[in-house]
Amino acid sequence: MAADNRPLSPHLQVYRPQWTSVLSILHRATGVASAIGLVYVAWWLVAAATGGGYYDSFVWFAGSIVGNLLFMGFTFALFYHLCNGVRHLIWDTGRNLELEGAYKSGMFVLAGAGALTALAWILALAA
Amino acid sequence: MAEFTLPKNSKVGVGKTVKAPAGAAKVKNFKVYRWSPDDDKNPTLDTFEIDLNDCGPMVLDALIKIKNEIDATVTFRRSCREGICGSCAMNIDGTNTLACLKPIEDVKGDVKVYPLPHMPVVKDLVPDLSQAYAQLASIEPWLKTVTQPPPDSERLQSPDDRAKLDGLWECILCFCCTTSCPSYWWNGDRYLGPAVLLQAYRWLADSRDEGKGERLDALEDPFRLYRCHTIMNCTKTCPKGLNPAKAIAEIKKMMVERQG
Repeated sequence: MAADNRPLSPHLQVYRPQWTSVLSILHRATGVASAIGLVYVAWWLVAAATGGGYYDSFVWFAGSIVGNLLFMGFTFALFYHLCNGVRHLIWDTGRNLELEGAYKSGMFVLAGAGALTALAWILALAA
Repeated sequence: MAEFTLPKNSKVGVGKTVKAPAGAAKVKNFKVYRWSPDDDKNPTLDTFEIDLNDCGPMVLDALIKIKNEIDATVTFRRSCREGICGSCAMNIDGTNTLACLKPIEDVKGDVKVYPLPHMPVVKDLVPDLSQAYAQLASIEPWLKTVTQPPPDSERLQSPDDRAKLDGLWECILCFCCTTSCPSYWWNGDRYLGPAVLLQAYRWLADSRDEGKGERLDALEDPFRLYRCHTIMNCTKTCPKGLNPAKAIAEIKKMMVERQG
């Protein structure tokens, strides 16, 4: 009997998303999103340095709904990655590794990232 | 490398449906992954309608009933039916567990049963665990010593030191955790996975073992140990309630501590 035609059993296709794995992949996704977001920030800086009509077109885009959503997504990604990074640092000390604690800290990270995002935007819009 | 879709020969098609006998009052659908090495067909998901009034309470009871009464070719491993042998580990209702410990009534809707994820399939619900066993052998899961044992006596251990092995020795090596780990799915050829790393820690934590240095040397590798990203699907899914994620974190701590 040939063993090389054996199929691979289903994995992502059938594994139910777990809080554990969802928060984990979100950490990686927000890391990538933060890197891409920095390109947006770079565009902002380059536009400001160039000035004139170039900066006007940036301001127009940043003021649009898409531009606002992009920047809001970037700030959330940044704060989630920051908060969850702290959670990883705590894990590295061997603490908070019971399932219940990991769930709690995960919810805390989500709430914290949301709150920090809201706070940053309130401060930015008030300024 | 991570490959998120199934290879062409592994895509799961729709299989046959076996209806419940007439007069069945409490019917539940069991959707079971099927694949036979004896033909060139792709895997399928067969549906068996089972009358729960005429079936034991656990998913394993239903599988045994299917094999005994409906389709004798349905293939799966089982032995103790009480959660100590680890044979009937499979993916039930989206998470890995032991079929003998999983009550049917815990599953809402159809009961979907697949083999342990991301493993080569020998037949139906039987995965090929050769690689996982080879990885277990690679961490040398036995007591290693350089000193002579005390004459006419065993190597003794204080109750406190013995207690450090609780939560480790109970592992039955069913590999539910290892096959729930996305990191193991993508890098299982080089990453040891949670079950084997928990065993590695079981010997690192043993006060009688004298091979700590060489054990850590063998694990000091970007893949073998450090592909663990603390996802914690392992701890979530362990049918024995153990915590491989914590054991792995303890090994990582030992790595740092020995650098002084």
